[in-house]
Amino acid sequence: MARARPKDVLVAALTLLAARLQPGRRRRRMRELTVPAGPPSPGAELLVLGLLAAATICAVAFIVVYALDRLPGQTQLLGLSIGLAFLCIAAAFVVAAKRLVVSEQNEDDYPAEEHPEEQETIGEVVEDSGSRLTRKRLLTLGAAAAGGSLGLALITPAVSLGPVFDTSSFYGTPWRRGRRLVDENGRPYHASEIEESALYTAFPQGADREELGSSVVLVRLPPAALDLPHANAGYAADGIVAYSKICTHAGCAISLYRTPLFPPASPGPPALVCPCHYSTFDPATAGTVLFGPAGRKLPMLPLLIDGRGDLRAAGNFDEPVGPSWWGVRLRGPNP
Amino acid sequence: MIRRLVRALDQRSGSAPFIRKTLRYLFPDHWSFLLGEVALYAFVILVATGVYLTLFYTDGTTDVVYHGSYVPLQGQHMTEAYRSVVNISFSVKAGLLIRQTHHWAADVFVAAITLHMLRVFFTGAYRKPRELTYWLGLTMLLAALLEGYLGYSLADDLLSGMGLAIGNAVALSIPFVGANLGALIWGGPFPGKHEFFARMYVAHVFLLPVLIATLLAVHLLLVALRHHTQFKRGPRETERKIVGVPTFPGQTPRSLGLFFAVAGVLFLLGGLAQINPIWLWGPFHTFSSTNGAQPDWYLGWLIGALRLVPSFDLVIGGYTLVPNPFWGGAAFPLIVFTFLYLWPWLERRWSGDDAFHNLLDRPRDAPGRTAIGVGFFTWVFLVFVAGSADRIDVLFNISYTSQIWAYRVAALAAPPITAFIAYRVCRELQAGEIVERERTRAEREAVAARRGAETA
Repeated sequence: MARARPKDVLVAALTLLAARLQPGRRRRRMRELTVPAGPPSPGAELLVLGLLAAATICAVAFIVVYALDRLPGQTQLLGLSIGLAFLCIAAAFVVAAKRLVVSEQNEDDYPAEEHPEEQETIGEVVEDSGSRLTRKRLLTLGAAAAGGSLGLALITPAVSLGPVFDTSSFYGTPWRRGRRLVDENGRPYHASEIEESALYTAFPQGADREELGSSVVLVRLPPAALDLPHANAGYAADGIVAYSKICTHAGCAISLYRTPLFPPASPGPPALVCPCHYSTFDPATAGTVLFGPAGRKLPMLPLLIDGRGDLRAAGNFDEPVGPSWWGVRLRGPNP
Repeated sequence: MIRRLVRALDQRSGSAPFIRKTLRYLFPDHWSFLLGEVALYAFVILVATGVYLTLFYTDGTTDVVYHGSYVPLQGQHMTEAYRSVVNISFSVKAGLLIRQTHHWAADVFVAAITLHMLRVFFTGAYRKPRELTYWLGLTMLLAALLEGYLGYSLADDLLSGMGLAIGNAVALSIPFVGANLGALIWGGPFPGKHEFFARMYVAHVFLLPVLIATLLAVHLLLVALRHHTQFKRGPRETERKIVGVPTFPGQTPRSLGLFFAVAGVLFLLGGLAQINPIWLWGPFHTFSSTNGAQPDWYLGWLIGALRLVPSFDLVIGGYTLVPNPFWGGAAFPLIVFTFLYLWPWLERRWSGDDAFHNLLDRPRDAPGRTAIGVGFFTWVFLVFVAGSADRIDVLFNISYTSQIWAYRVAALAAPPITAFIAYRVCRELQAGEIVERERTRAEREAVAARRGAETA
């Protein structure tokens, strides 16, 4: 047997390789395409490449802008660069979807509406599984009792969240007879510094100002304009009246005097207005509602002027303070 | 390469049949189907930007004095929470971009869900077999509203405090249990115990996002199991045959394109369009408020409702049965959502239509539904617009009180009118189509007859 020459071996190997590859390729080409072919679109490919390049530049720009210190408008530049990077990629995908990727409109069956056999089997499995049970109703009752009480037990710790059964704190205010009215800096209000057509905010001296029952508004009305009902007779001191600053509707602070966003010259009596829902209260008539959604009048604080001319509370509010709840009319604020 | 990867995956998970089906799942091609996707992508952006914000935010309500880089607030008393949000805005690099993008994404998220819901309503997409999908969507809308409100409240600026005060008042106004519920959630009267902020925080960054993500997963699963609905656009679409673009390759670049577009727009907004500049509002105190305050748009309908209700509490012998904020803040949204939840069932009862529906109606195809929907949403929309009456007063000098009275009347009178108009429009469009069809048929017959005469 003659020794095969290297060249022959090489030729034979290549032929074999070609033979191995050829039919495979042909087979692959001959199979029906799962996704139909379409014409190439080099222009669109170029566009996508351009958009991806733009996205790259924008993303790098974001990093550069971030790295720079004390850049004016840094937030704007950061937003612009990252936003444009995203939008360039978005555009690249849209171009790809519209012009590069094969677009098919295929048909398919909707899933079966239902599977009656399986439904039947499930029912049978559940029914048949209970064949050994003789007191089904009793067991169901027992399971319901156990499950229900366990569920109840598991939610019981939620009571720790807050005093769910004790709502007495809603009646609380820090006002007592003799308590001084101070301004935001803790300085006592002198009766003579309260002027007409101005709104003052006052707090009880030494109390927590954030408590809803704390803050009051002070206004001075001409004595002739005051028209307090019997229950509130003597609440005003030298024409000065004080009301809870917390709106009885939704608990916002009453920070407007006169009328809601109305031109200052609009007709109508002076009014205390909450800017949340424009509940409007009449300071001349113990805080009755003139307009807006509030369902009850503003709580009024009785005032007195002490020997030094400073304003002090002559007692507590005539009604509980803050937004209404079921018990708001059951009794007065904490004595 | 790809075959080797698929083979390896299939051998280990047996998922090749599932992947094959997923790749060839069909998406009917209509722009209105993208609204839900926009919501999904906004949610992704919300989670991403939100996680970043949690790395800097603190929920503390301890009183601190500000000494940061924003000069106008220097030396002011505020809570740790508010200070941390001011710091995110000024001291954290890219913090303001992420915060504003997060806020914009929240607004877009709720807007996309709402529009998606309107599309589903007016095309009858909620009908059997897709009621569950619809109810999950509505629940997500509710969760999104609460989630947005909590996020807005966590900043603890003046406006968020006012929003919380209103939320507290609405909770207190619930008949029989209001004060107890308020005491439970806030730990006492407003502004409540320190723990309240920790409660809001965990709800905002964990409970509600997990709830939304879970509902979202089930929502999408149900969509896939029942397949998309579709409009009848030709002879190929039927109740049994769906026509559309497969997930891969057709739909994938479309969806990715939409995702990147949503992300791009949100980051552009976050960078270029200022939203909720909390440093201007200042810190919240129970005794402070500001005029002209407007909440995020998706709470506008509740502000409007709270403002429209006339002054009264329902009182029985000293017991306050229904405090006023209940009507606008609780009863109104309750009615709106109850109607939306019940609607598929109501319609099935009234129409007696218990069939499977894969083909969508155009609004004109169901004049009754369209009329009821138009009337209903006119009502909600008018209440929503009423929430802006104070701004209209400032901008156009139209008296606030007159506007409120006008809205009170319009909210009651307009819905039946718009419903009637919508019904007539639907009927006219239907009639027009019949006439058009008849004319085309007659013309075709005439042409055929003439040809017949010529050949004879």
